[in-house]
Amino acid sequence: MASIIDIAGLTKRYASGFEALKGVDLSIEEGEIFALLGPNGAGKTTMISIVCGIARPTSGTVRVAGHDILRDYRGARSAIGLVPQELSTDQFERVIDTVTFSRGLFGKPRNDAYVEKILRDLSLWDKRHNKILELSGGMKRRVMIAKALSHEPRVLFLDEPTAGVDVELRRDMWKLIGELRQTGVTIILTTHYIEEAEEMADRVGVITRGELLLVEQKTALMKKLGKKTLTIVLADAIAALPPELSEWDVSLHAQGHEIEYVFDAQAERTGVSSLLRRLADLGIGYKDLNTRQSSLEDIFVSLVHQEKAA
Amino acid sequence: MSLQNLRAIAAIYKFELHRFRRTWLTGLLVPVITTSLYFVVFGGAIGSRMTEVDGIPYAAFIVPGLIMMSMFTESIFNASFGIYMPKFTGTIYELLSAPVSAAETVIAYVGAAATKSLIVGTIIFVTAHLFVDIEVAHPIAMAGFMVLIAVSFCLFGFILGIWAQSFEQLQVIPLLLIMPMTFLGGAFYSVHMLAEPWRTITLFNPIVYLISGFRWTFFGKGDVGIEFSLAFVAGMLAVCIAIIGWIFRTGYRLKK
Repeated sequence: MASIIDIAGLTKRYASGFEALKGVDLSIEEGEIFALLGPNGAGKTTMISIVCGIARPTSGTVRVAGHDILRDYRGARSAIGLVPQELSTDQFERVIDTVTFSRGLFGKPRNDAYVEKILRDLSLWDKRHNKILELSGGMKRRVMIAKALSHEPRVLFLDEPTAGVDVELRRDMWKLIGELRQTGVTIILTTHYIEEAEEMADRVGVITRGELLLVEQKTALMKKLGKKTLTIVLADAIAALPPELSEWDVSLHAQGHEIEYVFDAQAERTGVSSLLRRLADLGIGYKDLNTRQSSLEDIFVSLVHQEKAA
Repeated sequence: MSLQNLRAIAAIYKFELHRFRRTWLTGLLVPVITTSLYFVVFGGAIGSRMTEVDGIPYAAFIVPGLIMMSMFTESIFNASFGIYMPKFTGTIYELLSAPVSAAETVIAYVGAAATKSLIVGTIIFVTAHLFVDIEVAHPIAMAGFMVLIAVSFCLFGFILGIWAQSFEQLQVIPLLLIMPMTFLGGAFYSVHMLAEPWRTITLFNPIVYLISGFRWTFFGKGDVGIEFSLAFVAGMLAVCIAIIGWIFRTGYRLKK
């Protein structure tokens, strides 16, 4: 698939001397949902701000839909829709006016039918004559998405789209992003919610302290770095783990009713069958077994900890 | 300039005028009331004791100064507020990420602010006619001078709006600098009425040249030659454009 965003050697050093980005290279494919994960201050928003024209790069190049963001900024910015993290809106404007304004700002001719479609898709049509200040936080977030989509962008940046919204609204937002993807829009989202990336992303990038640690297909990443946990529900509780189990990475839980064994699912020998045999030899009976794949969150925490340790 | 650029300029221009329409009552009534009060106090109370200045009836003499005074403050306020508000609310992100050039941004914001300022200036001119008979000696020059002043001060206001980081800073220059300079710049008196050394000192006040130039378009005479007034306006335009160019090149207080 062709790339729609190409970032090469991107650095950003602020006047204070703080280096927010340290030579980031990244390519985003057209039509994908890319999740950029990272702790606070990792450089996620700085990277998005540079690509969108809000911040200036110190060095490096960024091309959007084939247009250099500095030399051909009109072409690059025309292809981008941005939904920033903060709920920044003109509170006294009506919903339909602010969306129409955004379309005009990007130089697009008036198209009432298209604006109506966006507002209907975002469940904002009934609120089109409301002032923005009359809307709930979730609805305001939708207005910002409508503004970002008003000029028919090929790339949509969502900076922490569900920050501070309730669980129900978050689920609605995920559904909405899924629907947007069906229209062919490339979506790049930053998030603190690993669950969000796990739910929606095709690929995941992990950034910390201005460096991109890895970029992987989400499923490949989980397969490659993911650990599995085997939970053995015991027939009778035990007071402590027998020393004969020390060669496995096991721990005791649920007041002695469960043994958890963490293993590498990709390894040639997982150690599961030998562990079960040893339990049988020791006369420890069990009544249930289940396994759980590590979540993206586990992987993320592990990666960031490794980076900090290095 | 392409159609796409013109649409972007039109979008910002309409948006800014729409904001003005929302507050039209205060935007239009305040200058009318203020001008009426000035005529009551200066034209009526003081004017009855001071009949003429430089051969011009005092009530008529103060009209150009009153129009200029309102246009200075309106231009600065409208333009600075127009660009400061998106910075304050955070919606500036949309402007910065739009395919709009610096020149288009300035044309749209300054154009809208200057339009509002010219509306206010015209209203004051019409209101003044209710109190005093005035014949304008050079009507085309008067209209041109009003446009030049509106654009110059809106450019200055635009710079102020980008520089300001609080509402207090936004008001410091108009209230503590422009307003006193206007009062001391011959809005209500002729510089020739002052004794030395105040007359010479007053000539260092740039506002003198603006009010004098505008008064020339009304009565064919001013405190200083019209060429000095035009040169000052041209200089102010050039300096403001140069500063705005630098702001957009460096991203000063706009981009990180």
